[in-house]
Amino acid sequence: MADGVIGGDCFDSRRSCKLGGSSSQGKTPILDQLESPQKIAAALVNQGYLASERISQVVYLAGRLNKPVLAEGPAGVGKTELAKAVASATGRKLVRLQCYEGLDESKALYEWNYRKQLLRISADPSSQWGQMEEDIFSEGFLLSRPLLTAITSSDPVVLLVDELDRVEMETEALLLEVLSEFQITIPELGTVRAGSQPLVILTSNNTRELSEALRRRCLFLHIPYPSPEREKAILLARCPDLPDALAESIAQVARSLRGMALKKPPSVSETIDWARTLLTLGVERIDQEFFSDTAHVLLKYQADIELACKELAAGE
Amino acid sequence: MLSLLTDFVEELRTAGVPVSMVETIDATEALAVIDLADRSALKTALGATMVKSARHLEAFDTAFEVFFALDRPPPPQESQSSPVLPSEASSEGGSAGGGASLAEALAAALGSQDWGALSRLVEQAVEELAGMTSGRPVGGAYYLYRTLRRLDLDLMREMLVEMMEMEGSHPGIGEDALAERLRSEQVDDLLERLRRELMAEIRRRLVADRGRQPVAATLRSPPLEEVDLMHASESQLRRIEELIGPLTRKLAARLARRDLHRHRGRLDFRRTVRASLGTGGVPLDLRFRSLRRFRPEIFLLCDVSGSMATFARFTLQFTYAMSARFSGLRAFAFVDGVDEITHLLSPGLRFGDVAQRIFAEAEVVELDGHSDYGNALSRFSDRYAGELTARSTVIIAGDARNNYRDFDAQPLARAADTAEAIYWLNPEPRAYWNTGDSLMARMGAFCAEVYEVRNLSQLEHFVEELADHRRRPPARRIRPSVAPSVR
Repeated sequence: MADGVIGGDCFDSRRSCKLGGSSSQGKTPILDQLESPQKIAAALVNQGYLASERISQVVYLAGRLNKPVLAEGPAGVGKTELAKAVASATGRKLVRLQCYEGLDESKALYEWNYRKQLLRISADPSSQWGQMEEDIFSEGFLLSRPLLTAITSSDPVVLLVDELDRVEMETEALLLEVLSEFQITIPELGTVRAGSQPLVILTSNNTRELSEALRRRCLFLHIPYPSPEREKAILLARCPDLPDALAESIAQVARSLRGMALKKPPSVSETIDWARTLLTLGVERIDQEFFSDTAHVLLKYQADIELACKELAAGE
Repeated sequence: MLSLLTDFVEELRTAGVPVSMVETIDATEALAVIDLADRSALKTALGATMVKSARHLEAFDTAFEVFFALDRPPPPQESQSSPVLPSEASSEGGSAGGGASLAEALAAALGSQDWGALSRLVEQAVEELAGMTSGRPVGGAYYLYRTLRRLDLDLMREMLVEMMEMEGSHPGIGEDALAERLRSEQVDDLLERLRRELMAEIRRRLVADRGRQPVAATLRSPPLEEVDLMHASESQLRRIEELIGPLTRKLAARLARRDLHRHRGRLDFRRTVRASLGTGGVPLDLRFRSLRRFRPEIFLLCDVSGSMATFARFTLQFTYAMSARFSGLRAFAFVDGVDEITHLLSPGLRFGDVAQRIFAEAEVVELDGHSDYGNALSRFSDRYAGELTARSTVIIAGDARNNYRDFDAQPLARAADTAEAIYWLNPEPRAYWNTGDSLMARMGAFCAEVYEVRNLSQLEHFVEELADHRRRPPARRIRPSVAPSVR
């Protein structure tokens, strides 16, 4: 059993509750919905996510080549949203690993349930060591963390590893085995192979260069700020009451702001907030005065607000 | 297709995009599942499998345009009957008038966003105005310049602005300076689109004339990491600055001790046993020592003299980005005097203002404004050396050119004894060190290491090395106390 391979279903009996294994019986098979970029785009639109051609193309490739997607781009362009939308569009469960500084394998992969092991030993001190050892290092004593959960789930899931650039360089290495082989090696137990192929989406705000090894294993998807046309479409999808012309103006102001040397350019979610502000206030056209009154919705630094007001008042 | 792909990979590698064997295989697999007739799908598939960093996207785009150029632009049949027919426009005027009427037609197509007409007009413009001759060893930029000059962009801009004003533009926007600005940005966008289309057409013709590889070679620009910081252009500098942020974060991670990524310290045996009394001696609850966070202290000294202007801008940007990560960072600027600039780097300020304030408020110039390392370092020693501890790392960025003035090594020697280490970053090529008024060897003798940092990849190298030094601090070198010999 030392180097045995455990299929995903071996785990189910004991931990189905922890895995939240919702059964997918009756749902259409996932692969059907990932069969062409156009279908993916349409499915994502149904979830309220307007994917560019490139995004749906990469998601399609990820499904076909069984490779993780590394989505990189400025904060607030909808990288995390993409994973959520893909999950709900395909009817898969979303398993999310939020990264932070100090994340380690006991939080990302698995951890032995130390207390339960101790209880097991002290409950029956008379039993044979050999048998006990085999017992306390079995699946029942394993606490599964997001990566193991995603791998052992009997239904295919969408695994979101969010803000990967926050973890240390060394921690990244934990992911490599999962990303390329879709398996996890537990020394005491053997290698756990994926029962079903998860669709993996990693996001990064690029505050740090990710390692070459990780990049090599992924499909790279750079998501820039949307073009004014696409941003307008996003605004209209999110705020259906918004007049067409106003949405266009909002998108143009946002594009203009992103061209300035701001500390923090407005994200898509902030332009949506701004659009909602306009709707609530019943504004029909944007002018300078109104912009400076509501700039704090879009911009989060006083220095940025001052700069933007000055630049927009200067005309050219 | 396969040989085209390997040629393409070859070209990417030459252009500085690291494409591994595995990635090439991935690309081949991706080609098998996409619609090869769809050019944008092809581009996405190749891009996603072979380019893994945003900074290589531009090189990829250029190479792709050359290698997978459309032989002919698709004939835009549906708009064949548009009001401005290219043939009419060209037959009316001579070669000079042709430029003007073409410009007008182009402006009309841009203004009404008739992309079909635009691509036909672009083709005609290149045909008539670029004056491309076969076999001439000139890059595409030259032809683009010629075409644009004869089209008179300023005039086109005026026409476009006028067209937009006529339309009354947006019902969603008030009529004031804000609207004016948005309008002018829209025009910029349209002209940029024209520029791109022209370039694409010129490239297409160049490829047809000379073949793929030679054209790709002329269009290649050095990868950003290799650009010399002393001679970088404004736009290169701006893009380099974007990459500094990630780098400082890496440096921050490297400087903090390795075990920092364990959240908790070692097992606290005494407290664990004490706690186990509550559970009948079974240590159910493990207790750990709290980990003392290691806070590196960095003293960063930047030469901001005139000769270092470009490099100083870069080091200051680096310092500025670092100050957001380290609470323990203290920054100093010097020319022939030295002053602390840490307070000028507060996160609320923008970098442009910071650079201005350094010269306005900090006393970096004492005498005549030419670098004087001797004076600057002794001032530093007088005023701040008392604050150096064994935990401090000193980083000096400068060319070590003393303008033939006296140099007293004492202050530097003292700093080297107190601080954990001194690192020197020199933006000059190694071959120029110790020539003329450069005192690199004399000053370098007190440093743990001197690095040539002329481009981004060398700075990255420094950051990497720093980590190794910290893991295994080098045996303290025996330093000559007064007159160090030349290394």
